[in-house]
Order: sequence, then C-alpha cells, then structure tokens
Amino acid sequence: MTSSALAVPASAAGRLRHHPLVVRYLPIATIVLALMAIWYVAAVLMNLALVRDAFEREDTPYTVSDLVEGTMSAERPLLPAPHQVIAAFVDSVFGYAPTSPRSLVYHATVTLSATLLGFALGAMLGIALALMIVHSRVLEKSLLPWIICSQMVPILALAPIFIVVLGAIGLHGLLPKSIISAYLCFFPITIGMVKGFTAPDPMQLDLMRTWSATPRQVLAKLRWPAAMPYLFASLKVAISISLIGAIVAELPTGGEAGIGARLLAGSYYGQTVQIWSALLAAAILASGLIGLVGLAERLVGLRMGARP
Amino acid sequence: MNPRRLRLGFILAAAAMLLALILPLSSEAAAALPARPLPLVLTLAAVLLFAAAAWAGGSRAIAPGLAGVLCAAATTLALLRDPGIAGSAAAGFWAMTLAVWLASALCVMQMSAARPRAGSVRRALNLAVPLLFGAVVFYLWEVSVRGFGVPPVILPAPSAAAARFATSLPILGEDFVQTFVRGVLIGYVIGCGAGLLVAILAQRFDFLGRGLLPLGNFFSALPLVGVAPIMVMWFGFDWPSKAAVVVLVTFFPMLVNTLAGLSAAGHIERDLMRSYGATHRQVLTKLDLPAALPFIFNALKINATLALIGAIVAEFFGTPTQGIGFRISTEAGRMAIDMVWAEIALAAIAGMAFYGLVALAERATTFWHPSYRT
Repeated sequence: MTSSALAVPASAAGRLRHHPLVVRYLPIATIVLALMAIWYVAAVLMNLALVRDAFEREDTPYTVSDLVEGTMSAERPLLPAPHQVIAAFVDSVFGYAPTSPRSLVYHATVTLSATLLGFALGAMLGIALALMIVHSRVLEKSLLPWIICSQMVPILALAPIFIVVLGAIGLHGLLPKSIISAYLCFFPITIGMVKGFTAPDPMQLDLMRTWSATPRQVLAKLRWPAAMPYLFASLKVAISISLIGAIVAELPTGGEAGIGARLLAGSYYGQTVQIWSALLAAAILASGLIGLVGLAERLVGLRMGARP
Repeated sequence: MNPRRLRLGFILAAAAMLLALILPLSSEAAAALPARPLPLVLTLAAVLLFAAAAWAGGSRAIAPGLAGVLCAAATTLALLRDPGIAGSAAAGFWAMTLAVWLASALCVMQMSAARPRAGSVRRALNLAVPLLFGAVVFYLWEVSVRGFGVPPVILPAPSAAAARFATSLPILGEDFVQTFVRGVLIGYVIGCGAGLLVAILAQRFDFLGRGLLPLGNFFSALPLVGVAPIMVMWFGFDWPSKAAVVVLVTFFPMLVNTLAGLSAAGHIERDLMRSYGATHRQVLTKLDLPAALPFIFNALKINATLALIGAIVAEFFGTPTQGIGFRISTEAGRMAIDMVWAEIALAAIAGMAFYGLVALAERATTFWHPSYRT
C-alpha cells in the first residue's frame, strides 16, 4: 500500500520528465534563463562604477540597494539590463506612428525592403548561374573557381564604394543596398543549386535519356524537383546573409533610415539602449524571415507530395 | 565543340584583326595602324597565328590561338598608350578587342573540352582555364575603362589600382598589420578555440548540448556584426574591439559545426572503443575529434571570410587612423577610388591566402576522409 502510494507520484514525475516537450525545451529554457541571469549580473557589475560616480558627484548618501537599482535604470549604461532593452523596444515599436522616423517599425521596413529586393535579385542570379554551370562544362571549369574566390574577398568592404559609385551615376536609395545584399547572398544559392541540380543519380539521368528527353525536360521533370531540398537549405542561409548585407550597407551611407543607420546613430550619441533595441529588431527580423522560408519549404513539400 | 565552328571562329578573329587595318582607330585625329610599325607587326602576327589556329583545328589550335591572343592584346595595350586613342577609341580598336575576346573564348572552350591522359597535364589545365578566364576579364575591364575613358572616380583601370598598390606599400602594410594580424587573427583564434571547447563540453554533458544546439543555430543566423558599435564602446577604438567582434562572429559557426561533427562517428566505432575499455578522454582524442575534423575545417573556412568582414565592419565605427576598413571609408570619402581598390585587392589577397592556408591544413590532416580519397 505505502510502496504503491509512493510509486504513483514518482512515476508521474518520471513521465513528465520524459515527455517529449520537456526533453526538447527544458535544456533551452535553462540555458536562456542562465544567460539572462548572467546578463543581469554583468549589467550590475559593468554599470556599477558609472552609477557610483554619479552618486558621489552629487554628494548624496547611497546604499547598496540604491546602487543596484541605479545600474538597472541608468540613462546611458555600458550594458543595459534586458528589461530596459525590451522597454525601449516596445516603446519605439508601439510608441510612435509607423511612418515617424523615431519608430523602429519605420527603420525595420526600410531595411526589410532592401533585404527582400536583394534576396530576390541574389536568388535569381544564383539560380541562373547554377543553371549555366550545370549545363556548360566550360563555365564549370572557368567560372566556378572565380565564384568561390569572390567569396574570399570581404565583399562588405566594397559597400562604401558601391554606394559612392552608384550615387555618382545617379542611383540612390534602395537599389545600391540591395545590390550589396544580392552580391553577398547569391553565393550559397549557386553552390547549393549546383549540388542540387547534379543530385539525381546517373541511373535516373540515363532513364531520361532512354525516353529521349530534351535538356529542358530533364531540367523541369528531374533536376528541378531533385534540387528542391538544396534550394531551401541555401535560401535559409542566403536570407540571413542578405539581411546582414542590407544592415551593413546602411552604415557608410551616413544613413538616414534603416536598422544600420539606427546602430550608427546610437554609437555616435552613446545611446546604448537604442543600439540594443535595434539589434533586437534585427534578430526578430532574421528569425521571422528564416521562419517564412521554412514555411515556404513545408508548403512546397506538401505540394510535391512529401509525407509530413 | 564543333570543329567547323572552331575554325570559323578563328577565321572571324583573324578577319577582325585585318579590319582594324582599315577602320579608324580613334574618333579623333590619330595615325592609322599601318603608320605604326610595332603595332602593325603585332597585328599581322596575330592574323597569321589565328589563321594557323583555324588551319590546325582541334586541340592543336590552342597553342597558336593563345599566342595570337597575346599578340592582339599587346597591340591594343600598346595603342592605348597613345593619348589620341585612350578615351576616344573607335571601331578599328574595338574590332581588335573583339578578336581578343573571341579567340580567348575559343581557347578556353577547347581547353576545357580537352581530356588529357596524364594527371599532371590535367591538373595544369584545371588551373590554367580559370586563370585564363580571369586574365581575359581583367583585360576587358582595363581596355574598356581606358578605351571609353570612364572617369576614374567611377571605376579605375586595374593597372591604376595596381600602380597605386605598388607605390603605397608602407601604408598597406600598416593597414594589414592593424586589421589582419591584430584584429582578425587574434579574434579568430580566440573565437574558434572557444567554440571548439564549448562544443566539447556540450558533447560531454548531453543536457547542455540539447540546449546549446538550437540556440547556436539561432545565433549563427543573426546579423551579429551589428554588435560592432557596442564592442567599440566597451573595448575602445584600437584592435581589441575588432578582435571582440571577430570572436563573437566566429564562435557560433564553430560551435554548431563542431557539435554536428562530434556526433559523426558511427555506433560501430563507438562500440569498439567501449570494448577496448577506452576512457572518455581517449574516445574524444582518438575517435570523436578526428571524425569531427571535416566539420571543424568547414567552420574554419566559413569563419575565415566572416572574420575579415567582421573586422572591417567594426572599423567603420571608429579606429585609430589605420586599418583596411578605416582607409576604405576615408579614401572613398575623398574620391580616391584607386586607393580604395588597392585596399580591396589587399583584403582579397589576405582573404584568399588565409582561406588557402586553412584548405592546405585541411588537406594535410583529413587526407583519410572519403571526400579526398579519389
């Protein structure tokens, strides 16, 4: 009787511990909480000197709890506490009209439009290059090494001249930024799609040949469907790179709008909270975009008859 | 490649060179080609060589074709030294450029279609084809910039950038040390080392691994270079802030890749280690780490590019008065575009050399891996 009474809750707890959701999310939650705790401690330690100086300058008596409270709500802290960042983020997202230049939504849309345009250009360029490389041995031998070399060049270093040069021939605004994004993000797509287009095994290609399929039919009915998993894997990499490109391209323009301009302005005027909230916006943007690509992958998979 | 089309192409190239004798070289008053002895000789040599290539056909056309391309390219470059032609080149000049382009394209096609028996010849060809392709691209860039007279503010000729590179070596050297040796290398070593250590810890403690892997994946997709202004605020204008950005940017790709690599060893190998009674440390050093090497090198290669980008971007937020990123942004502001291109060439050479060294190290340590055993 007693042993069974003891055994029931133990097994319930055991079942809870092995529940798939717990197994999956408990470690993540633990580490996120630990990081938050470290962040708070670091905020107190890093801002301590700043706050103590402020108190001593005003000759006000202070206690330890005053100090800690001060580090949590400093105007220009070295490291803002998480709740300060979130408060600033919420304020700049919901506090202003989406068209006002103080609103983070406005800056995020500017960056987002450059990212998406650059991503579309880069994806088209990447797929076109992959098609050419797969269908022509000459290009595979002569062009592919240069495409790989082009990625060892720190292309972001080109961003300022790109802006200057395109500005000199009368292009301003969205397009120069998108071109930088496109230049950065075409590479993973090209490499992934070359792999994808050559993924069908020789037996399947031979079968297409016995049906006397034209190269175009082979592409439409065999190579393209076989490349789908590679396409989405590379699109996910490409869209986050495209966002990086758009943000960095906003730095040398002097930046009127965009997340990059927000970072630059924050660093000029020492507005740390503003920098952190812009970073938070960039993180949300990145994960949202990757989520969208993942959703598109699922939908395409369902259309093509993949089993969920 | 169709042999008749190859012959036709070389005949067309020869014809274009002959056309240059008749057509005007420049829209301004300039001496025609027959009045210039050296270009005339080179042009006639190119015509003869192209004709020889057309006559030989097949893979034997490559040698005379390439020699003809060299002669024709030398002619155009010699002509460009005449200020009457540079900036106002006309039909005759462009006919020669077209001949160079056509003949070199034919040579590249013929070279990549060739399948020599000997391995050394094949390797040489595999190197020569992209080099020739790149040389033609640079040649076309040079000739069209100087022939059309594109203002150097928009796009300088590669020769101008190269001349600037050669004359400002001391400045470039200082920038290289500041950005690459101090910022990139130190940050790269710390970031990759920390990523590796944390991955080993995460593999040892399963709970940590299951928490870190999704977070690492999430963080490696974030635009982490955005922390550059914060790092500049914390660590000052000099190289430590650049190294800190590089550490942060390189840490997560290393962590994610190493974690994937540490679970790459199969069950059979693991069971074998257990039957030997191997300790955890022995399993790690004799099985898991060697099996993870291809993944680790993959991360090292990704990081080689990321590190350079991170350091250069961090310099946009404030530097002492040297460094590649600093020089690029100030010289671009002063419209000294040739200096900017010289800095980019420096960054490109550094990036390629860095990547090449990592690739060589990979070759030397993972020679046993199936992807290299051909």
